[in-house]
Amino acid sequence: MRLSKLIAFAAALLLWSGAARAQQVSVIKFPELQKRLSRQNDTTYVVNFWATWCAPCVKELPAFDQLSTTYAGKKVKVLLVSMDYASQLDKKVKPFVLRRELKSEVVLLNETDPNTYLEKVDPKWSGALPFTMIWNGKKSKRATFEREFTPAELTAEIKKFLL
Amino acid sequence: MKKLLSFFPALLALVLLSNFVDGPAGYQVGDKVTDFKLKNVDGKTVSLADNKAAKGYIVVFTCNTCPYAKAYESRIIELHQKYAPQGYPVVAINPNDPAVAPGDSFADMKARAASKKYPFPYLQDETQQVARTYGATRTPHLYVVTRRGSDFVVSYIGAIDDNSEDAKQVKTRYVEQAMTDILAGKPAATSSTKAIGCTIKWKKA
Repeated sequence: MRLSKLIAFAAALLLWSGAARAQQVSVIKFPELQKRLSRQNDTTYVVNFWATWCAPCVKELPAFDQLSTTYAGKKVKVLLVSMDYASQLDKKVKPFVLRRELKSEVVLLNETDPNTYLEKVDPKWSGALPFTMIWNGKKSKRATFEREFTPAELTAEIKKFLL
Repeated sequence: MKKLLSFFPALLALVLLSNFVDGPAGYQVGDKVTDFKLKNVDGKTVSLADNKAAKGYIVVFTCNTCPYAKAYESRIIELHQKYAPQGYPVVAINPNDPAVAPGDSFADMKARAASKKYPFPYLQDETQQVARTYGATRTPHLYVVTRRGSDFVVSYIGAIDDNSEDAKQVKTRYVEQAMTDILAGKPAATSSTKAIGCTIKWKKA
């Protein structure tokens, strides 16, 4: 009885933290991001680098945010990495995430010098936004895109990883 | 040999395909640049060859609309003030398609250059051919070119400094470090850096 209560409590906690996470934006440094970018398993990871000031990013963001719903149960994980300045977290980023009702996990990369990390994210990334990485460790598939997507183009790319 | 020849078309296709996937690479440090002829905000056209006294140029792809370009605007003016007297004036080029970025029209460029009193030419890359040839991807995206006879060779590509948000917090001035070497007649110790910027607003096909 006590065990089942504990499990119920843990499940509730998990649910709650999931719901809470959708509302918040955690601020991370590059080593933490690098850990997230090096996950190799049977999940297809989609990481989109964007910023509230980047018009093409804002335009394509709903398509990325929709992925977790469209591919629910297909092991697709979306991470939206805001490249806004950390000083804009409360003023711009959090209100944006709330207003757009983003369901995906959003983090803000708090680093001042892109020259120290862009190459480590991907040698092909020159620094233009938006930038997207899609990979699946188990399938040894990886692709990066320094350009914007239409919803149809994004779906086509994701499908290549779910074959 | 025959076998090799039959293999060649496949290889060629592969090379072409990989080129297509990666996009045009543009200039690397050491490459000779092709001169351009672009319209300045004063209505005259500007080419690298025009200024016979220039030892080189600081060519910056920038625009009116990108927050990063705006953040660096006064620093670009300062670069010109510091390096034009030493033979390396700034040439600013706006590669954005005004149909995609309405604030980057020629009229808007004129207004911006006038209100901020740009001491350098601000050119419109109407066909976007210059940005493509250079391999520029974002604004701001900076190139230092150095004179070799009547040609110009790329000496530095990349970032202005290490802090776009706050000029006062800058620790490493990448382009100034490179300029110190270049002015001393040496290759830049760090000749290539990267920065975040706004993607160039390419014409919609």
